Amino acid sequence: MAKMTGKQMVVEALKRESVDVIFGFPGGAIIDFYDTLEKDGTIKHVLVRHEQGAAHAADGYARASGKVGVCVATSGPGATNTVTGIATASLDSVPIVVFTGQVPTALIGNDAFQEVDIVGITRPCTKHNYLVKDVKDLPQVLKEAFYIARSGRPGPVLVDLPKDVQNGKAEFDYPQEIKLRSYNPVIEPHGKQVERAYRLIEKAKRPVIYAGGGIIISNAHKELRALAKAMHIPVTMTLMGLGGFPGTHELSLGMLGMHGTYCANMAMANSDLIIAIGARFDDRVTGKIEAFAPLAKIIHLDIDPTSIQKNVKVDVPIVGDCKRVLKKLLDAAKDGGRPAEAWMDQHQAWLQQLDAWKKRHPLTYKEEPGVIKPQNVIEKLYEMTKGRAIITTEVGQNQMWTAQFYKFDEPRTLLTSGGLGTMGYGFPAAIGAQMAFPDKLVVDVAGDGSIQMNIQEMATAMEQRLPVKIVILNNQFLGMVRQWQELFYDRRYAATEFEMTPDFVKLAEAYGAKGFRATKPEEVDGVLSKGLEAEGLAIMEFAIAREEGVFPMVPAGKATTEMLLV
Amino acid sequence: MKHTLSVLVENTPGALSRITGLFSGRAFNIESLNVAATLDPSLSHLTLVTRGDEFIIEQIIKQLRRLVDVFKVVDVSEGEFVEREMSLIKVRAEEQSRAEILRICDIFRCKVVDVSPKSYTLEVTGPESKLKAVIELLRPIGIKEIIRTGTIAIMREKKTM
Ligand SMILES: Cc1cc2nc3c(=O)[nH]c(=O)nc-3n(C[C@H](O)[C@H](O)[C@H](O)COP(=O)(O)OP(=O)(O)OC[C@H]3O[C@@H](n4cnc5c(N)ncnc54)[C@H](O)[C@@H]3O)c2cc1C
Ligand SMILES: Cc1ncc(C[n+]2csc(CCOP(=O)(O)OP(=O)(O)O)c2C)c(N)n1
Ligand SMILES: [Mg+2]
Repeated sequence: MAKMTGKQMVVEALKRESVDVIFGFPGGAIIDFYDTLEKDGTIKHVLVRHEQGAAHAADGYARASGKVGVCVATSGPGATNTVTGIATASLDSVPIVVFTGQVPTALIGNDAFQEVDIVGITRPCTKHNYLVKDVKDLPQVLKEAFYIARSGRPGPVLVDLPKDVQNGKAEFDYPQEIKLRSYNPVIEPHGKQVERAYRLIEKAKRPVIYAGGGIIISNAHKELRALAKAMHIPVTMTLMGLGGFPGTHELSLGMLGMHGTYCANMAMANSDLIIAIGARFDDRVTGKIEAFAPLAKIIHLDIDPTSIQKNVKVDVPIVGDCKRVLKKLLDAAKDGGRPAEAWMDQHQAWLQQLDAWKKRHPLTYKEEPGVIKPQNVIEKLYEMTKGRAIITTEVGQNQMWTAQFYKFDEPRTLLTSGGLGTMGYGFPAAIGAQMAFPDKLVVDVAGDGSIQMNIQEMATAMEQRLPVKIVILNNQFLGMVRQWQELFYDRRYAATEFEMTPDFVKLAEAYGAKGFRATKPEEVDGVLSKGLEAEGLAIMEFAIAREEGVFPMVPAGKATTEMLLV
Repeated sequence: MKHTLSVLVENTPGALSRITGLFSGRAFNIESLNVAATLDPSLSHLTLVTRGDEFIIEQIIKQLRRLVDVFKVVDVSEGEFVEREMSLIKVRAEEQSRAEILRICDIFRCKVVDVSPKSYTLEVTGPESKLKAVIELLRPIGIKEIIRTGTIAIMREKKTM
């Protein structure tokens, strides 16, 4: 077998793993890899303006496409700049592989120029990571990195490549298949557990499906739809689960939790059986844990045993891929032979109750003459895009209004940082999504604060001619924090008001993009249509009601039934 | 409740810090930790003593198993097991206390491994309770230094009829 350099191996592995685009930023410790990438010329490289942008773009690419996203950075500051992006991907279970340059092995530990122990730094926020010390190990490490990132509960994997490893030579024997004795995610569920679950479902009078990000990760949306429909069970989703079940479906209760719908939270509180699928009982969902779903038995399907019984006690745990589990549950339903009408009859009173809750407190907001309401902007965005755009969000109120007022019907159409809540995620993620789907409409819904955290990627989007659209809901506040201050800190707006924001229209123009601004309600439609139809990158800025809040809201630490309503 | 976990982990750089990092990062406690090679050079063995209610212990075990480098985790304290700890104790040995020290040594089957004009160093092996007892008896005489290994444990062979 011919010998190959480490840097060639990385390029070769990217090809074998069908990676067609990577995001990165060069430097001395990774220059050798870049040289090989350039000479090879078959893999598209997107040059970002900040390594955090590269990590989020790889993440957005992965969430939108379901494939592994890849990013590259140099040693030291390049590597540390990716950390927020890695942690973001880790908390939301997103498969990315991060390559970092490192000082030559002989210098490691010497406080060499641009040396940082990135493997040590990222150990708690990667699924796994490697410092490659010998080029002979590289083929195996590369294969493992992609395999670990995408299998089981996906997550970020970092591979640190010392300069001499990039330039060293060895045989390139890339494994076809891989088997690791210490890493064997459970995919197939235990038949007995599925049976037990089915028996509980058969008896339940007030069941709710609580669907999370796992549905989207495992592409189980069709099975979920089929199950809900076959058994007439209503579905509520976490922020990460939105799109996993159609938001416009009559069985959809919308999002649950801190800013979830009244109906969804009431459903959980009154249910006698919660079927949690690929969701992890986050504190934004459970509220005060002692008061969470007091009447319900719980079935929990998850591929990661640590998600089960972490926060709440579960009656029937089922470990496995939720697509497989849902298929088995559907089979069990078929074998059970109960006709559709029987399910309907059994749940009829419950569904009527849910309907009454839906009608009592639907998602709503107060109109005010002369002021743009952010919810209205999102509603209009939904109408104009016919619900078909890929929407990314920043973090804060902008994110919650999007989750509430854009009805996501399809999986992988909402990309948002749920677990880490990373301001600055949305725009670079939109760049990644647009690279994966050049022909789709990709919109970042942003706050005026968040957008400034990775605004430099405007240049990246322009350079790549990406027609990403940015909707800025400008309240000149760090709105979400301001809302907490309003409600719980006697309106002391400590460090949340911006006395200065840039002129976003001019800013867009400075980058060579288009900029539009609406300051009155009657301008909203026009600005949206101009922005959405503009060729190329565009910013649409909306001067919104400055002190608008996100409601319903469950104050932190309260029971989810103690909602503050509009 | 105290639990003794037996963990087999890939003998790779960083594996140990993944495990200790898991404990500190998730606020689990480690009472003692012992690491050594096994017959298979590609695996290391850890004995880890920790405390927590059943939920915490369940999380600890699951979190350990989730680490890519961890091959196997067993809660040996769930079944019958033998545990041992070794301790080296340097005790003040004056004229009048030497006989007393040697008597304690004899009763607990300790060994004197070093002697100096002013001190004895004893090697004590046994379950934690025995070590405690020895230490309590030696304390009034004057312990200068103690070094303990932490617990190691092994499951009893399943009894067959
Ligand atoms: C400002 C702000 C407000 C928020 N408010 C809310 C709110 O009101 N409501 C809300 O729901 N969230 C809210 N969030 C998000 C929240 O913090 C969590 O990120 C979210 O609730 C977690 O969603 P999830 O339970 O679906 O888990 P995810 O983080 O999506 O985890 C996925 C789960 O699925 C499992 N899984 C992965 N793959 C598979 C597979 N193949 N098969 C089976 N299981 C699999 C994983 O092991 C994991 O347990 C908010 C976030 C922010 C930043
Ligand atoms: C990187 C980062 N820093 C701080 C926070 C805390 N935080 C959460 S929401 C928020 C306000 C965001 O402001 P803006 O982007 O204007 O959105 P708005 O809530 O006003 O819609 C802040 C500061 C965060 N989530 N991420
Ligand atoms: Mg704002």
